[in-house]
Amino acid sequence: MESHDVIIVGGGPTGLSAARRLADLGIRDVVVLEREAEAGGIPRHCGHLGFGWQSHRRLWGGPRFAAELRKSASGLDVRTATTVIELSRDGQLRVQGSTGISEMKARRVLVATGTRETPRSARLVGGSRPQGVMNTGALQQHVYIFHNKPFERPVIIGSELVSFSALLTCRHLGIRPVAMIEENPRISAQRPAALIARLAFGVPVRTSTKLIAIEGRTTVEAVEIERSGKREHITCDGVIFTGLFRPETALFPTGLPSEKFSSAGNVSGLLKTSGECWLQGVAAAQDIAGRLA
Amino acid sequence: MEQRFDIAVIGGGVVGLALLRRFAIAGLKCVLLERGSDILSGASKGNSALLHTGFDAPPKSLELRCMKAGYAEYLRIRQKLNLPLIESTAIVVAWNEAELAALPGIVEKAHKNGIADVRAISQTELRLKEPELAKHALGGVFVPGEHIIDAWSAPLAYAHQALAHGAVILRNAEVTDGEFARDVWTLASRQGKITASVVINAAGNFGDLVEMMARLPPFTIKPRKGQFVVFDKPAYKLLRAIVLPVPTARTKGVVLFRTAFGNLAVGPTAEDQDEREIPTCDHDTLEKLKSRAIEMIPALTGIDVNAIYAGLRPASDQKDYVIEAVKDRNWITVGGIRSTGLTAALGIADYAVQLYQKNFGKLPKKPAEEVWTPVPNLSEGRIRPFMMGGEIVCHCEHVTRGEIAAALEGPLPAGDMGGLKRRTRAMMGRCQGFYCSAHIADITRGRFDGKP
Ligand SMILES: Cc1cc2nc3c(=O)[nH]c(=O)nc-3n(C[C@H](O)[C@H](O)[C@H](O)COP(=O)(O)OP(=O)(O)OC[C@H]3O[C@@H](n4cnc5c(N)ncnc54)[C@H](O)[C@@H]3O)c2cc1C
Ligand SMILES: Cc1cc2nc3c(=O)[nH]c(=O)nc-3n(C[C@H](O)[C@H](O)[C@H](O)COP(=O)(O)OP(=O)(O)OC[C@H]3O[C@@H](n4cnc5c(N)ncnc54)[C@H](O)[C@@H]3O)c2cc1C
Repeated sequence: MESHDVIIVGGGPTGLSAARRLADLGIRDVVVLEREAEAGGIPRHCGHLGFGWQSHRRLWGGPRFAAELRKSASGLDVRTATTVIELSRDGQLRVQGSTGISEMKARRVLVATGTRETPRSARLVGGSRPQGVMNTGALQQHVYIFHNKPFERPVIIGSELVSFSALLTCRHLGIRPVAMIEENPRISAQRPAALIARLAFGVPVRTSTKLIAIEGRTTVEAVEIERSGKREHITCDGVIFTGLFRPETALFPTGLPSEKFSSAGNVSGLLKTSGECWLQGVAAAQDIAGRLA
Repeated sequence: MEQRFDIAVIGGGVVGLALLRRFAIAGLKCVLLERGSDILSGASKGNSALLHTGFDAPPKSLELRCMKAGYAEYLRIRQKLNLPLIESTAIVVAWNEAELAALPGIVEKAHKNGIADVRAISQTELRLKEPELAKHALGGVFVPGEHIIDAWSAPLAYAHQALAHGAVILRNAEVTDGEFARDVWTLASRQGKITASVVINAAGNFGDLVEMMARLPPFTIKPRKGQFVVFDKPAYKLLRAIVLPVPTARTKGVVLFRTAFGNLAVGPTAEDQDEREIPTCDHDTLEKLKSRAIEMIPALTGIDVNAIYAGLRPASDQKDYVIEAVKDRNWITVGGIRSTGLTAALGIADYAVQLYQKNFGKLPKKPAEEVWTPVPNLSEGRIRPFMMGGEIVCHCEHVTRGEIAAALEGPLPAGDMGGLKRRTRAMMGRCQGFYCSAHIADITRGRFDGKP
């Protein structure tokens, strides 16, 4: 069985920064397993500015940041299109790649599989199931990776920071959201973001408003919303569900299998920025190096 | 289309496709017209995917007869078509004294229906069989023969086998009018005129409307909606048997069942309504389903919901299926196939062939050798393509690029995004397309623009 000192699951900011740091600390036998065709994680499709400060003291867009991370990992053993299917107690992994399934083993495994947003289904939102309902993450991929315009006039559900990323993403291709809908009485993100939404983009923000149902035959035609007991319809052609982050813990739904495993970055709890994740990758690497010594 | 067909089937649900398969194998020239942009656009798109024994069906009904025949034939042909069978068994579980008192009646009815291995089980045996069930489960009726299948691959396999026997499937082909003159039907559809000697109405929730082409409908469709909540993969191992409710006058229970795709689901509700086409979910009902599931299996607490969906049963005002030949109109009615059609489809097809022979003439003497058209496997517990390698596109459900490409090719390529999901499982997992839907939209760009 293929065996290594360290295996890192996930080649996002956390995984790549940990790999770089381990190499710098002289730990050479490290493999990063990344299921996408390209490493870099979520920033690959965050087209707006705001990346790179903690790591490079620069201000980049996400794709540039992801590219710089890949560059800094060049020469390291980063295997893309390689999916970890299962973790087992003794530090063993079941791994899928171009030739099928194999087992790998490591003295230490770092899980850095990131986070995603809660989809419509898990929010138990009623209505029909037309095309044009997605999370910010999918929208960003449509817009920044595939240059595809999935709708023209969507509503945005939620008002976290990422909801404003969704707004920015829309603007990039001239998509004009018709409303931002927030269940709470106040916007979840800090004040400046609310100002941006209202002043810069002219998108009405409706607080204390609950999404009741999505309507439409093949594509979205409207949403039904409720505010202080009163229901109304908003005509739109898409729905973007933003935020309510869920760590991507599919590999360990009931906790990490043993002491050989640790996790870092956005898979391990509260949402952090890419910079914080990068720093966590560094810290995780130092910790692992200490344990291996 | 100039050619005259022996049979035109209206409706590409599981029933229509099983009919098409059976008549095509028998050597008749068949065409199927489906209104949606893909097959399985109606009731057959969202059901529980259970293969029923018929233990609780109305005794002596046509429904029971077709279910038993359909069940037996599915078991006979499934390996040749590469269709799964999860031998889950089922238990009708009593949650209170009143339900407990109803159990002997259930066993008696099952035996009357010829399902001899059905028996009552004690609370102790129930706990041994299903340790995760809540402690207030008092006892049950064990039904060894109830199984789980894949509700989409089965009809797809029937479709492919029909095609291999020369049948034609037209999608985006709503039949809008029909004329019967000189022993020939001329059907007007969005794909042009079709002529056929005999028409079979398998239009599901539109059955009574389609029936008007031939006669005053002997049944009225009363669509009955069922909503479902699907839990994430870790829930799969919490249950083995299908947990069925005890039917009582007061309560309408729901079913807990595993799926062929490695999930656990709860549902369906039974809601009468007028809408024939679009089944909607509503938040409160979903919330109730979810808490009912947790009440039955406490360990479901905290497990994510993967998916929500609803289906529309083509129920009617009749107690039984309405399957009959209208001799002077060269017409076969297959209506009101309410909540058991996935199981019964092959049996219904067999019954319809008998009606055909009785009313419209002989089948060709020597039908061609049967061609088997195995479909790609989507079920857990069997070999799936990603295990052989290849690029995984949908990470939650482990769907490869090769599988997606294959579903977009061949004699019956996916006609819309829903059709692609049903052929591959793509985007049906916990992230619901967060990671892969844009990629898949890119792969399918320009594909789904109303092609027939
Ligand atoms: C929609 C969205 C928008 C965001 N916008 C911003 C923003 O604007 N600014 C910001 O600072 N932060 C943003 N974030 C936070 C983001 O999570 C962090 O910036 C950062 O990407 C987290 O790094 P990570 O390495 O922990 O996770 P990720 O970047 O998510 O990387 C995880 C990697 O693991 C891989 N992986 C997962 N499972 C497996 C497996 N089983 N096998 C192999 N590989 C696997 C994934 O493919 C991925 O490449 C956003 C997050 C989301 C979801
Ligand atoms: C919630 C629920 C749970 C169920 N659970 C189970 C189960 O566990 N086991 C089981 O055996 N059964 C189950 N069923 C029942 C089963 O799904 C149905 O009996 C079966 O799908 C009916 O198939 P059908 O082909 O008659 O109808 P449909 O699938 O509705 O097919 C009819 C087709 O005709 C098309 N059509 C309509 N009008 C026209 C026209 N004018 N021209 C052309 N095409 C037309 C429609 O688009 C549709 O595709 C369940 C059903 C539901 C809703």
